[in-house]
Amino acid sequence: MYKALVFLETAKGKVKKSSFELTEWCIANGVEFEGVIFESNNDEITNQCKSAGVKQVTLVSDGTDYNSVTWSKTFSNLISNGFNLVLGSSSVRGTDFFARTSALANGAFVADCTELALNGEKLEIRKPLYAGKCTCAVELSGSGPKMILMRANQLPSSTERSESTNFVEHKLEGTSENLKVKETILGDSQRTDLTEANIVVSGGRGMKEASNFKLLEDLADTLGATVGASRAVTDDGWVPHSMQVGQTGKTVAPSLYIACGISGAVQHLAGMSGSKVIVAINNDPDAPIFKKSTYGIVGDVFEVVPKLTEKLKSVL
Amino acid sequence: MSIFVCIKQVPDTETKIQISADGNGIETGAIKWIVNPYDEFAIEEALKLKASTGADKIYAVSVGPQKRAQDALRIALAMGCDEAVIIDSEESFDTMTTAKLVKAAVLKTGEPSLILTGKSSIDDNSQAFTQQLAALFEAPHANNLVKITVSGDKSLEVEREIEGGSKEIISLTGLAVLGATKGLNSPRYPSLPGIMKAKKKPVHTYAAGDLGVELTTKVKFSDYQMPAPQPPTRILNGEVDAQVDELVNLLKNESKVL
Repeated sequence: MYKALVFLETAKGKVKKSSFELTEWCIANGVEFEGVIFESNNDEITNQCKSAGVKQVTLVSDGTDYNSVTWSKTFSNLISNGFNLVLGSSSVRGTDFFARTSALANGAFVADCTELALNGEKLEIRKPLYAGKCTCAVELSGSGPKMILMRANQLPSSTERSESTNFVEHKLEGTSENLKVKETILGDSQRTDLTEANIVVSGGRGMKEASNFKLLEDLADTLGATVGASRAVTDDGWVPHSMQVGQTGKTVAPSLYIACGISGAVQHLAGMSGSKVIVAINNDPDAPIFKKSTYGIVGDVFEVVPKLTEKLKSVL
Repeated sequence: MSIFVCIKQVPDTETKIQISADGNGIETGAIKWIVNPYDEFAIEEALKLKASTGADKIYAVSVGPQKRAQDALRIALAMGCDEAVIIDSEESFDTMTTAKLVKAAVLKTGEPSLILTGKSSIDDNSQAFTQQLAALFEAPHANNLVKITVSGDKSLEVEREIEGGSKEIISLTGLAVLGATKGLNSPRYPSLPGIMKAKKKPVHTYAAGDLGVELTTKVKFSDYQMPAPQPPTRILNGEVDAQVDELVNLLKNESKVL
């Protein structure tokens, strides 16, 4: 029998949608679970937990500011209260402190998973390797907790429920004399992170110059998407490295990936091939990206993209 | 006090992956192995930080089959690391056991003032080694770093990339384990004299079984599969307006992603 602790990750005072994919998985599989939030409660969070059907949540209100040392210490102590399964999203924060916690809690830890199923008592887990060139099954063993981070958008979203949620407070534990987070500098992008985005609009060398990424920004704004890029253009400094999709950048798996002026080097294809639907827009009919796409338009990005933005504005 | 840089050998990003006959791994016969690209940033940073941190030496450390680990470490030595440490094993372990082996070998070899790693490896993308190694040393870690500066008192200030282009500024004192990502620096190419010198630099080899670490693996990979074959691409024809109309229609009504 599994008893799960689910890390409900917050950003801007709200729990991320991807966290509730995990509580939904627990409910659907009849796994008893509790949530943990490193933030003080607010109306938004209360409503979110209620409608996701989360009955029990531990709040670490004094842990709002992220610190890998104290978070890991606190989290491993919470896990030791009888939890043998620990779930979270494979985000920057999730991987950072889950991995550290796994060393403290003597757990078996795996990140970046794309499949999770429960067959009797057996957890069936799969993850991509070599940036998606192949996948493998993952078996977790040992006497400690099994700690699993799932990629966002891989499990069904939570359905609307109505539960009353019991919130209990827990003090942040441990001290962090040797590590202090002095400042967080917010990026200019208010968009969802690439790895969690439901729609990604990506540009490559075919965009000709940095300023033309404005066209992709416009398309992304219309779709509520996040903008990505190929290695060629991040290496040239058109956009920051943090926007690179590929084997040496970010691996993405959105519902919709729109590749504009990207020819499709094998490393780029590896980083985005987990996307459900791929649209390629490129003027070269022989570009490798067309072999990986669901839909292709052979044409001029400077003509197609603005028209696509305009059309979407009228229908969405 | 020395800097230790942990490096891993991974298949070249150009490699066509083929699954082995038993389905529990990949065919390694024809693979060209390279130093994990993120680890190259860690090596370069160690070379840059040597003087300001007052380190006497830089050790490059790797776990793997002797020959493969040695090839990777030669590159680190040719770039300018002083000595190499091989933890020889034909078998591969999960990140936690690997971290325990590295900790044991580091402590047998010298006294670490700073440990550098790549933020993750591009093969299995476990994203765990840096944090687990730090926890074993009871030291803080900071991963995804795009900037590392050392102050006069040897404390560190680092810039860590988080989500959505945001950054955290973190200060660290004492031993720390730091993970490098793209943007931290531009790794140098080994020079010809560097390559010649590398051949004479000391290499310490430990057998994985001799380090007092229980060689268990709690995270096992099996049943490797290639991705499902791609259904044929639907190329949309006609004038631009017609193409765009059809695309929006397909996204809305056929694949239902809008």
